[in-house]
Amino acid sequence: MEIDKYYTIGIYDDDEVVLNAVKKLRAEGIKIYEVFSPFAVHGLDIALGYKRTRLPIAAFLFGLTGTILALTMMTYMMGIDWPMIIGGKNFVALPPFIPVTFELTVLLSAFGMVGTFMVVADLKPFKKPRLFDLRCTHDKHVIAIDLAVNKFSKEEINKLFDETGASEIHDKNF
Amino acid sequence: MSEIQYNFDEKYIFSSTAKKRLAVVGLIGIIITIIGIILIVNSGSGQETGEHALRSTNTEASSLLASSDPGAFVAGMSEEPKEGESHGSPIWLKRVYVSLWQNNIFFTGLALIGVFFLAIQYAAQAGWSAGFKRVPEAMGYWLPIAGIIAVVLFFFAGKDIFHWTHTELYIIGGEHFDPIINAKKGFFFWPADEHPNFPVFWFARMIIFFSVWYWFFLQIRKWSLIEDIEGGSTPYFKMRSLSAIFLVVFAVTSSVAAWDWVMSIDTHWFSSMFGWYVFASWWVAGLALITLMVVDLKEKGLLSVVNANHLHDLGKFVFGFSIFWMYIWFSQFLLIYYANIPEESIYFIERISTHYKTVYYINLILNFLFPFLLFMTRESKRHRIFLKIVAIIVLVGHWFDFYLMITPGTMQLDGGFGFIEIGVTMIFIAMFLYVVFTNLAKVPLIAKNHPLLEESLHHDI
Repeated sequence: MEIDKYYTIGIYDDDEVVLNAVKKLRAEGIKIYEVFSPFAVHGLDIALGYKRTRLPIAAFLFGLTGTILALTMMTYMMGIDWPMIIGGKNFVALPPFIPVTFELTVLLSAFGMVGTFMVVADLKPFKKPRLFDLRCTHDKHVIAIDLAVNKFSKEEINKLFDETGASEIHDKNF
Repeated sequence: MSEIQYNFDEKYIFSSTAKKRLAVVGLIGIIITIIGIILIVNSGSGQETGEHALRSTNTEASSLLASSDPGAFVAGMSEEPKEGESHGSPIWLKRVYVSLWQNNIFFTGLALIGVFFLAIQYAAQAGWSAGFKRVPEAMGYWLPIAGIIAVVLFFFAGKDIFHWTHTELYIIGGEHFDPIINAKKGFFFWPADEHPNFPVFWFARMIIFFSVWYWFFLQIRKWSLIEDIEGGSTPYFKMRSLSAIFLVVFAVTSSVAAWDWVMSIDTHWFSSMFGWYVFASWWVAGLALITLMVVDLKEKGLLSVVNANHLHDLGKFVFGFSIFWMYIWFSQFLLIYYANIPEESIYFIERISTHYKTVYYINLILNFLFPFLLFMTRESKRHRIFLKIVAIIVLVGHWFDFYLMITPGTMQLDGGFGFIEIGVTMIFIAMFLYVVFTNLAKVPLIAKNHPLLEESLHHDI
């Protein structure tokens, strides 16, 4: 496969150090591609300047779809297509519809949320993951910087990595 | 984050202005109650002026009850002697009694939830709530007063509130003999159920519940204050053990208390969900009160250790348990609705087919729809103004929830919502808040030696 992405990565041993390094790098005006860490570092998302996810909006809309779908489905089935007397209740009565409505709302919002997340995060089947360093799943924190989007040279970035306490600095190309 | 200066020695001061304000609320409550009583006594018909419109719906409802066969059966069953010999109290007095009982149950719940909230935090070793734990702690001090009110009220109003206290129901072959209640008499009158004059078992349970709850509360409070002076982890572990035992005790006692004090009003009827239902209502109302008080203290410039993250968690609690309450409510309703057994559905017929139906639907809107929609987004749970609005809505809503549990069963079609109910509630609010704020002002507002306080300061969600 052709190499078209050029990254430089700094590997850090400690979460406090990597948090400060991210703040320093961003203050210098460097665009960070991504930080990989084995556990959630508090405040890292704020330091990276990430916007809050809009996933809840998607979840709400999927849930609403489920609610409407369930209610129309049951109203059509029980009221129009094949009315049946059950326990002497009205053909279209709200209380017995509530459990089904609830289930479909939860089902659609859950599936919709997972699906949306997979699309947004580009998690498709047979996708070859870009592993910057396998140790970021164990005990190291990895800052990856895309050289193409930064106007800084690799040497300048590596110097900053060194200053902020990186234990190792590597090139990584895909 | 470390630059923020926390004041660990801050104290809440219960100012004389605040005391005066509460006294004014109480006085207005008394005046409104008296106005309500005068209005009823003067109107003659036993109804407040302006409620005559409701009268017509009442008669409609009773004819509706009598029209169908199972309905007539049910109506016959639930009918209480209208010009009854033993129902001596006039309607205004009955309304005052019922309102007092309802408010006492509601505020007992709020106080009890203060202790329960603490116990949950300790049993789960939760750190986030360490900063404001004095607030639920202060709420527990209402428990002994609630107990005294309950005992006194039982002696004065027992006959008006609880149908099962009437001894003629148990005379076999008598005019008022009631086989269903007679079969249940052991639950109230044991060990004297051969001569049911005084409900020994029921009364003993009430005394035991209040004493046990208060004892656990005092123990937790005692160790909490020792921790403030001595520090160390011993008080924490003591409180954790106490809390774990209290939770088990609470699980049983709160459920039985719900049957005793609320469900036994509709003596023929029973629901296996009722303990949960009352607990859910108490719990979410208590959480709303804790939220409201924390927000209020923050607006007074106190509780610097509490930030938006803690408020967010409290908001999530109120949001989540509003849904939980709705779930419990609906679980109880759906089974009764579907089975449609007259003995069971009378409970809802009494509430939906009468003039209580307004309150019935308001109850669902206030307690589910508002918190659900207003608290759905993340930001609304982090803003004080939203938290205040929703907490007040939830508190009012659950007051109506208890109104619906108690009033239709005791007052039948004579019940209403007017000056008396508002006035009595205002008196209770003034007394409850006076007790809570007095005890909040007694000790430093922040448990500075709480082992998890540091964790609470770094709480981030």
